[in-house]
Amino acid sequence: MSDTAGPVLAADGRPLKVSLNRALRREKLRAFLLVSPLLLFVLVTFIAPIADMLFRSVENSIVQETIPRTTDALRAWDPDETELPDEGTFQALYTDMVFAEELKLHTRLGSRLNYEKPGISSLFRKSGRSVGKFDTKDYEKAYTDLDAAWEDPATWDRLSREGFPGPRTASAYVGWRETLIAEGDDPLEEDPWDVLFGALHSDLVAYDASYDDPLLQAAKTASAGLDPISYTQQFEDIDEDWTNPEVWKTIQTYAAKYTPGYFLNSVDRQLTPEGVTTRDDNERIYILLFQRTLIMSMMITFSCILLGYPIAFLLANLPMRSANVLMILVLLPFWTSLLVRTSSWKVLLQQQGVINDVLVWIGIVADDSRLQLINNQTGTIIAMTHILLPFMILPLYSVMKTIPLSYVRAAKSLGATDWTAFWRVYFPNSVPGIGAGSILVFILAIGYYITPELVGGTKGVFISNRIAYHISSSLNWGLAAALGTILLVAVLILYWAYDKIVGIDNVKLGG
Amino acid sequence: MPKDTTQDGFVVFDRVQKSYDGEILVVKDLNLSIGKGEFLTMLGPSGSGKTTCLMMLAGFETATHGEILLDGNPINNIPPHKRGIGMVFQNYALFPHMTVAENLAFPLEVRKLDKSVREEKVKRALDMVQMGDFGGRRPAQLSGGQQQRVALARALVFEPELVLMDEPLGALDKQLREHMQFEITNLAHDLGITTVYVTHDQTEALTMSDRVAVFDDGRIQQLAPPDKLYEEPENSFVAQFIGENNTLSGVVETIDGDACTVKLDSGEIIDAKPVNVSAPGDRTLVSIRPERVEFNKERLMEGVHTLKAEVLEFIYMGDIFRTRLRVAGHDDFVVKTRNAPDQARLKPGEQIEIGWLPQDCRALDA
Repeated sequence: MSDTAGPVLAADGRPLKVSLNRALRREKLRAFLLVSPLLLFVLVTFIAPIADMLFRSVENSIVQETIPRTTDALRAWDPDETELPDEGTFQALYTDMVFAEELKLHTRLGSRLNYEKPGISSLFRKSGRSVGKFDTKDYEKAYTDLDAAWEDPATWDRLSREGFPGPRTASAYVGWRETLIAEGDDPLEEDPWDVLFGALHSDLVAYDASYDDPLLQAAKTASAGLDPISYTQQFEDIDEDWTNPEVWKTIQTYAAKYTPGYFLNSVDRQLTPEGVTTRDDNERIYILLFQRTLIMSMMITFSCILLGYPIAFLLANLPMRSANVLMILVLLPFWTSLLVRTSSWKVLLQQQGVINDVLVWIGIVADDSRLQLINNQTGTIIAMTHILLPFMILPLYSVMKTIPLSYVRAAKSLGATDWTAFWRVYFPNSVPGIGAGSILVFILAIGYYITPELVGGTKGVFISNRIAYHISSSLNWGLAAALGTILLVAVLILYWAYDKIVGIDNVKLGG
Repeated sequence: MPKDTTQDGFVVFDRVQKSYDGEILVVKDLNLSIGKGEFLTMLGPSGSGKTTCLMMLAGFETATHGEILLDGNPINNIPPHKRGIGMVFQNYALFPHMTVAENLAFPLEVRKLDKSVREEKVKRALDMVQMGDFGGRRPAQLSGGQQQRVALARALVFEPELVLMDEPLGALDKQLREHMQFEITNLAHDLGITTVYVTHDQTEALTMSDRVAVFDDGRIQQLAPPDKLYEEPENSFVAQFIGENNTLSGVVETIDGDACTVKLDSGEIIDAKPVNVSAPGDRTLVSIRPERVEFNKERLMEGVHTLKAEVLEFIYMGDIFRTRLRVAGHDDFVVKTRNAPDQARLKPGEQIEIGWLPQDCRALDA
């Protein structure tokens, strides 16, 4: 084929590559069809939720979506120049709060911001209850007294098409419309709310313009005579916290659609207007938990190696029949419920439990100084080593099974003692098994949840227990997602490091 | 090169027995004396006990009964690593995590030799098997033949006086195997080491050994130099196991010294040499090598009995012709003739008469 410069051709004159691809297409399609049910299942139930969780760890659109006018207005606020945002911002907050309260969204936002600044939750709850009683009622009365047309939603609808006197009114009207539609009401049949009149008044006094529309012109003329109300004052009346710049700074800091806040929180840091700061001592917990999870997982892995290696060695070197019996014993824990096994450790390890009783009976331990074996790290390590041991033994066994007897014999015939033959020849060949077992056990341990929860007490819980807490109790899913992401990344980094050091090719689960 | 081995037994098996389960004897009453510098092959079908004997010598199995002596000293209670016996394993058992040089240095390291001495010896051993350039490679990067050489070098690098080889050429292709047979024998003789070689390949056994011990059923069936083994098998197992062989069964008619006549089951009478038949009336299997059968009337000896035969098949094999005959009711009687210019090429269907020298036809146990 070297005489032709072009691509190699098949018998029919097509390039060989094309022919080959065509020939393989059917095969590939068939292979894909065989895989597709599982692929679909995994995509829907596994990949997609994980992607969603990862997304949640940075996603923060709740602030923008719930109080969009406020976050817009806050963009112009510089905390260094003025202590509090301007009146317009407070009015925007009022508008947002009215609609959010109507749809009961303000409490969710309160909870969200409460993660960053404790106390905001109750502030929002309280404000939600009060925004309906603002002095904007006075405007409503004044305008409707002036012209009954203001009470007719058709008037507002017409204005929305012909043009409102200013952006506040337009924005408030759009919010009002959407809120009503969201509640299933018709905006053309509902009486306008006072919040619209508040916005109208602000716009009318804000611009020095004349209107062709007599209704608007009359309203503008009348507006100048009305007493202006202070939104700032109204909010301060609800709760003095609204005049606390920290609250506003928090809202401003978390106004963005995406935030590193959850991740910073996961490593005991906090995003404040002044930048990233360490949390107070009494609020730091996650770094400690991550450290504990890593260290304890390593200890569990190590004890699994220590206990599993001799058993695997024995299994691999016994005749088939006895090896099978022993293997059943190794696998027996697999066939028992995890919960049952963990609970039985509670029975065994507690201070009045079986092990302590025996130790006291033998006389090793005094009755008044029984060992604390459970509800601490010792308990977690003991129970988890037991539960994860098969995951170490099985890969070890299958690797050891493939090490020929002749290696050790050769070493001995060459003059090595039993120990040298083991340490220089057998052990290095069993390292892939240790690697595979360790990865398996470590990764399982690092994400373990039930056992630490049951026997770990407070000192022996893992990061996953915290994640579970945030998922099911505190409902701070963003933080849970961030913690989970960090855990995932940590595992991937360890995996990568392991690949660099030992080589993933050296990991064998079997011959 | 037969040696007088009864005088200097470098390795001696003295009434050795071995059983794994306490019910069946794998090795039954083995007596064997191997001379210093001798190349002895243990040949036999699988399960005949040959490998067990080797493992007992190496120290990986213990003899149930009897004594094994090495250079006059009993070694039954000496652990393998103190026996100083080099060993080449069936699949070489090169340590995969070490380079070739590290593999070779291993026996020297455990003997705590100096680094410079080690390097010198490793180099010399690698050169000896023409693998001098491969010291830095891993076993997995070598071909089968190269691995074989390294395994050999590793077994020899610590200069043992006795080397055991357990079917070391079994995994090689035919051509390489023949080449390595030659190299191993040369090496063993040049170094003057005693070699015990286990194989189930009779060609290997015949071409390499000073003496061959044919094993079957836990016993040595015959212990003899290759030529004697082939030409003078002492029993029908050896006769059939070594080389190709025609057998006919019958009853001894007359015995007269080293000549006898045998009446075949089909009624014909033939001449034979009595080997392990003692009296007329004994059942016997007579054995004739295919190349010792003559059908050219001019070359047949005067006065010997001949048999009628019908040619069934003529196979042209290049250097030889292989002709299958029907003789005395057997369809598998084979005659081999050399491809010479004057050699007759028989045709299927042809009726011929065959005969042989009486000493080539051995009357063995039935």
